[in-house]
Amino acid sequence: MISAEKGVEKTTQEKEVDRIVVRFSGDSGDGMQLTGMQFSDTAALFGNDLSTFPDYPSEIRAPIGTVAGVSGFQVHFGSREIFTPGDEYDVIIAMNAAALKVDLPRLKRGGIIIANTAGFDKKNLNLAHYPDGADPLEDDSLENYILYKVDVTKHTKECLKETGLGMKEIERSKNMFVLGLLFWLFEKPLDHTLHFIEEKFSKKPEIANANILTLKAGWNYGENTEIFNTQFKVAPAKLQAGVYRSITGNHATAIGLIAASEKSGLPLFLGSYPITPATDILHELAKYKGNNVKTLQAEDEIAGVCSAIGASYVGNLAVTTTSGPGLALKTEAIGLATMLEIPLVIVNVQRGGPSTGLPTKTEQADLLMAMHGRHGESPLPVIAASSPSDCFNSAYEACRIAVEHMTPVILLTDGYIANGSEPWRFPTEDNLSEIKVNFLDKPNGENDTILPYKRNENLVRPWIKPGTKGLEHRIGGLEKQNETGNVSYDPLNHELMINLRAEKIKKIENDIPLLKVDSGKEKAKLVVLGWGSTSGAIKTAVLELIEEGFDVAHVHLHYINPFPKNLGELLSGFDKILIPEMNSGQLLQLIRAKYLLPAVGFSKVQGLPFTTTELKNKIIALLNS
Amino acid sequence: MDTQTIDKSINYVAKDFASEMEVKWCPGCGDYSILKQVQTVFPDLGIAKENFVFISGIGCSSRFSYYMDTYGMHSIHGRAGAIASGVKAANPDLSVWVVSGDGDSLSIGGNHFIHLMRKNFDINYLLFNNQIYSLTKGQYSPTSEKGKVTKTSPYGSIEEPFNPSELALGAKASFVARTLDRDPKHMQAILKRAHAHKGTSFVEVYQNCPVFNDAAFFAYSDKETKKEEAILLEHGMPLLFGNNNEKGIMLDGLKPFIVDLNTSGVSANDLWIHDEKDKTKANLISRFFDTMFNDTHFPRPFGVIYSEDRPIYEEGMAEQIQHIKNKKGKLSLNKILSGDKTWEILN
Repeated sequence: MISAEKGVEKTTQEKEVDRIVVRFSGDSGDGMQLTGMQFSDTAALFGNDLSTFPDYPSEIRAPIGTVAGVSGFQVHFGSREIFTPGDEYDVIIAMNAAALKVDLPRLKRGGIIIANTAGFDKKNLNLAHYPDGADPLEDDSLENYILYKVDVTKHTKECLKETGLGMKEIERSKNMFVLGLLFWLFEKPLDHTLHFIEEKFSKKPEIANANILTLKAGWNYGENTEIFNTQFKVAPAKLQAGVYRSITGNHATAIGLIAASEKSGLPLFLGSYPITPATDILHELAKYKGNNVKTLQAEDEIAGVCSAIGASYVGNLAVTTTSGPGLALKTEAIGLATMLEIPLVIVNVQRGGPSTGLPTKTEQADLLMAMHGRHGESPLPVIAASSPSDCFNSAYEACRIAVEHMTPVILLTDGYIANGSEPWRFPTEDNLSEIKVNFLDKPNGENDTILPYKRNENLVRPWIKPGTKGLEHRIGGLEKQNETGNVSYDPLNHELMINLRAEKIKKIENDIPLLKVDSGKEKAKLVVLGWGSTSGAIKTAVLELIEEGFDVAHVHLHYINPFPKNLGELLSGFDKILIPEMNSGQLLQLIRAKYLLPAVGFSKVQGLPFTTTELKNKIIALLNS
Repeated sequence: MDTQTIDKSINYVAKDFASEMEVKWCPGCGDYSILKQVQTVFPDLGIAKENFVFISGIGCSSRFSYYMDTYGMHSIHGRAGAIASGVKAANPDLSVWVVSGDGDSLSIGGNHFIHLMRKNFDINYLLFNNQIYSLTKGQYSPTSEKGKVTKTSPYGSIEEPFNPSELALGAKASFVARTLDRDPKHMQAILKRAHAHKGTSFVEVYQNCPVFNDAAFFAYSDKETKKEEAILLEHGMPLLFGNNNEKGIMLDGLKPFIVDLNTSGVSANDLWIHDEKDKTKANLISRFFDTMFNDTHFPRPFGVIYSEDRPIYEEGMAEQIQHIKNKKGKLSLNKILSGDKTWEILN
């Protein structure tokens, strides 16, 4: 433990490190998410690569001081490439006893704890269920760590006492003290946050002033007191040259949809019902009215997808966004879209299930629902995003496939990448692929007949907008006669239509890229086959193992239905296949069923992403078995 | 409706709106009359054929969209209103018609129904009410009378029925009307009114199901009973009914009562004058259903119960878009991609 020594001239060491994981942890009302975001944005602007992971309870304000109310924000930043928010923490900011209790198990030995002593009084210790009389800040239980005890609350009050602000406002500024101290500790400039505060509180100058004073006080506390004598320097990362921005998965999904709308020339329509953790996409798109984006907050999940079906029917790029329980409610309507053969994008930001499950925690357990969760034979394309910025590409691809192949498409993301952020070397308009749209404008059958279900070489039917003169026709959920679309109960026609709809989806494999090895070689002893948000952890684990001399590789799936054409061939180059998933083995089932390969699963269903260590241990164990 | 393309050069006739599909309702079904009245009225609406869209749900009623030679979608159970909302929001220039039944609208689709009324898109909503589930062969519906004996209620239903017009008014519908399959002229007039109304026009059509619920509404159309059991509403006209128009309805505060013009000395001018714009009175009229006022049974009202001009959803949506366009302009795609804060990494 380090304590202040009086009367000694302060000397500060500078220590260079290549990556750091900081965990901001406090009560739901302590502003930890905002503090973490400000710190991350500053690190990103400074040039670090990074990955963030907001981890908060589903209760907006759980009882103060309790373990249930702890809200965490994790940021992993470095001077090298970063693919995950990190397994273990180098630094914990614990605003109260409950926060320490929750996060201590993942702090590295020798890691730093910055504890707000005001959050460790008897009441807080009791609320966090420490045994009577126990106080981790005073006993020896933290001797394997570096503990800094700072009375953040007192210092904040001290520096704001002249401002005339009430206790409540003063209390609310204390996260800025912590942020200022962290900026000092990691040698980061204050500018970005100063701008942020000025903008956010432009109409409340007294609050802006209080936040600025506190932020600077935190910095000065690090600089001037004897308590801290080491600063950590994390140099800018050697990222690919280019212009970057910071982006969360949900934000990337939203602008992926807008980009597809702009490139295709189709107006964007979103029918959606608020649900955690998908709502941010609706929030974001609601802002883009200047770009003709129409958002309709529907009365329920079903109306969300149904209004989108209506909009697609009349020629819009139509989308509905949701999470697991909402996807369950939408299934019948998605079946209708499959039967009508109209474009529709369904974004499912997966969360822990079943039922209400773990609304704010992550999981990948909706894969089989996306694949098969409709009555009857109703195949549709399924795409999965692998990182926050990949949500952009995935959303764009989902739109392209939906429009060009006249089909509903399910895009799977999850809470982990939806809320997590990373630097993104964003594309420009010219880098984006074309989205071809063809509306039928004249009869397509002999003798000027209209054949709404006459297919092209990809088995795709024409999109016919109501309002087009001379093409009036009826479509519906009843089985339809091939080509004419008239109602048909003919047994052989039904089978033909089932096969045509399935074949149409299968043909999409000709329109997606072949799968390549992500890391490692095309032939190896073991391949880790992943999908979705496990990408960062798998990549980190596999790269580290390759460096350590293991013969392993990483293959990552973005297109799950249909699979890339060469998946089977690619997998045949490896002796062993490991499929890690945040579910009980859903991709595993699909791979085994389709390719009859003895793939091995690795499940984690804790509402938390895989750590690199977990994956490395499992890979090594499988290699040795 | 003033949003649609009006093409006066085209002179449609009713059969221009009949599709090639063979109509497959049971012989004697009230739906035939509704189809006929719609096809009769449509040539007079001045709308180009390609701008009509029918969205229907599931049930006998909802086969309707197959029979109209316009654009149409036969969708899924209860969701026609929700789909229609997307159609109208995405393309306000279309004349959108929802066709639904009592089970489709008020049971499985109840939530969409009330929110559609509240949101007030400019669409026309035809609810064919036969007070029974017919396509599934005879189970009680949310509008079946209490005590109804059906296959699922062999000892009589124990549920109170919905009164659709009262429900629609409660859900803030801006236009509420009732008509009857067996009164073609009345239905045609109501369809025209519904079309003319800007906002969601809710039209309940009493429709006979000869197979599973025959004669449910005959009291309102049979010569012997209709003058006593039905009352025709007309804006600005007194509430008069009876075999010789000798009965009138008056108000004592908010309590309606029936007077005999022959014996009471009250003249027609003293009666309750129907005012479609008066919501309080419309609420009372809608309750001439199963509510007894002063222990008296009241005749069932037909006609426009309520009509109100209020802002429509898709115009509000368009105005916001225009407002933001004027204020902030359209963002270039490159600007959206880059956002406000970027940094450059150099090699």
